[in-house]
Amino acid sequence: MSAVFEQIFQVGFLAAIIRIATPLAFATLGEMFSERAGVLNLGIEGIMLLCAMAGFTAASLSGSLWLGVLVAMLVGALMGALHALFTVALGLSQHVCGIGVTLFSSGLAYFLYRLIFGQQSVPPSIDGFKPVPIPLLSDIPVFGPAVFNQFTLVYLAIVAVPLAAFVLYRTPWGLSVRMVGENPRAADSAGVSVMATRFQAVILGGALMGLAGAFLTMAQFNAFTFGVVSGRGWVAIALVVFGRWDPWRSAGAALLFAFVDALQLRMQASGLGHIPYEAFLMLPFIFTIVAMAFMSRNAVAPSALLKPFRREER
Amino acid sequence: MFRLEARASTPAWFNLALPLIAIAATLILCSGLIAIAGAGVVDAYGVMLSASLGDSYAITETLVRAAPMIFTGLAVAIAFRAKFWNIGAEGQLLAGAVASCFVGAIPMPGTLAMLLMAIAGAAAGAVVALVPATLRIKFKVDDVVSSLLLNSVIYYALMALIEGPWKDTFSGYPISPPIEDSANFPVLIEGTRLHLGVVVALIAAPLVWFLIARTTLGFRIRVTGENPEAARYGGINVQRVLTSTALLSGALAGLAGVGEVGGVHFQVMSDISPGYGYSGIVVAMLARLNPLGVVPAAIFLAAVMTGAEAMSRATGVPAFLSDVIQGTALLAMLVALLFTAYRIRRVGAQT
Repeated sequence: MSAVFEQIFQVGFLAAIIRIATPLAFATLGEMFSERAGVLNLGIEGIMLLCAMAGFTAASLSGSLWLGVLVAMLVGALMGALHALFTVALGLSQHVCGIGVTLFSSGLAYFLYRLIFGQQSVPPSIDGFKPVPIPLLSDIPVFGPAVFNQFTLVYLAIVAVPLAAFVLYRTPWGLSVRMVGENPRAADSAGVSVMATRFQAVILGGALMGLAGAFLTMAQFNAFTFGVVSGRGWVAIALVVFGRWDPWRSAGAALLFAFVDALQLRMQASGLGHIPYEAFLMLPFIFTIVAMAFMSRNAVAPSALLKPFRREER
Repeated sequence: MFRLEARASTPAWFNLALPLIAIAATLILCSGLIAIAGAGVVDAYGVMLSASLGDSYAITETLVRAAPMIFTGLAVAIAFRAKFWNIGAEGQLLAGAVASCFVGAIPMPGTLAMLLMAIAGAAAGAVVALVPATLRIKFKVDDVVSSLLLNSVIYYALMALIEGPWKDTFSGYPISPPIEDSANFPVLIEGTRLHLGVVVALIAAPLVWFLIARTTLGFRIRVTGENPEAARYGGINVQRVLTSTALLSGALAGLAGVGEVGGVHFQVMSDISPGYGYSGIVVAMLARLNPLGVVPAAIFLAAVMTGAEAMSRATGVPAFLSDVIQGTALLAMLVALLFTAYRIRRVGAQT
């Protein structure tokens, strides 16, 4: 037992959990804002991929990592606006539009990447973000180096969770988001523009998904590959359900998933060499499906999720 | 001012016109990317057309590529009819491919082998599709999310197989052992790759149409999709209909994998499907969920894929253009579908 404990509380393991959780936390918060306003965004997988590509490209062409992050967020916001145009303004099926946005964005990411970088045997890489230790806090034993000697984007994710909770629960805009997601008719009567609020929430969500994509290519892998997202977007959608559409719980769900993922990475490396590593890659996905089975029965989605709002129709 | 106004009925010619309008809009929108890549738009589309439909050999190649998308398109169409959001055709296809490859590697008479491959592949796909359906019925798990996550599970399971027990010990390549020669689907036209599975796919479409349009189960599937409360009130066991739909849908997607193993690759490798499961969604939507429309829609996407590769070789425009076209076509079709439910009317400001 103590051996397991030692394994878990190694600095490297804790740090890996935090690093894996960061893009998931951004993506999950993004999806949560969108869904709290009543819009499921299945475009997340493709949006993350396109933003990962756009951020990487901008950073590698300009030499500025932060410009890359900004471009990724802008592209994410733009794709969010596209999804909102179809699902909010035109009231089309959120399921099918989301798949369409994912197919379109992934296709565009592949196309533009090949156009800009050509076909190279070794994918081009960039000098990505470096860990920035926070004075004093990073000196705390075990916990300090794992949590407070990280990329700036990790700190941003840690700040983003309480900030998202504050925005959602304590600001007038957050109230509007929750209203248009629960009862758009009542929100409309109260003078809240359902369309504008939903647009804003989906666009904010897209920008956060962009941040998640940027983290993958500019901090975690420092290169763009076609499998760089590999299902993380779909996982984020599951984590929103698992986190019951709440920023704190969603972040907790991201940490839990990251724990399983980090554990599976450890198992890959731990000398179980005769088992192909792909067998371990399945585990986090199976874990997520099983977790959904336990959580979904009592999960209460925003009432107006998936339902388009047309003012003149009653 | 213009506004959308609800439409009482849809003219019949819309069924044909809407996908054509969507496709035209898609090709116009995507021509921008060809221009950015520095090629002539007319040249590029010309190469795509002649390489995919220009001569009889090109047509057979396009049909070979269309076959798996006919199956996944039918799988998605039947599922979406019941509002069972099966986004897992990709995983079900892979499961069908693996199962049929297992069976095809066992020495036995050719006809029996092909039959058993089809049964095993369909069964494997059906079992995989049963998971999201059961999770939805028993645990209220969203079928979209579970079927999407399951795609990753199946993909990694396949990878583990071909990197593990199936790995070619001689060459070290991550590919499965080939199926028996006798289990290879017969080629119908000498000198082409047009195999038996393509014909099966073309026959499957009218069969699925008959099932949906003319049988009791088909009626139940449609009612369940259109109005589950009414279905329940009318004495239809909605959960059982969902289960049957999932089994049928998964079996069809599994058959897509069978055709790829038996007729095209004769073994399983990591890239046995370039996303045929996801393309099935585009196919089904272009066909407006009509099984008969699935055939031309699948042939269109197959022509785009075959054509894009030739275009890439000739003009240097990345072949990934076909992926962009697929996504754009799906979105354009959704927008076009608005006109079945609404019409644009001028209102106000009349002089």
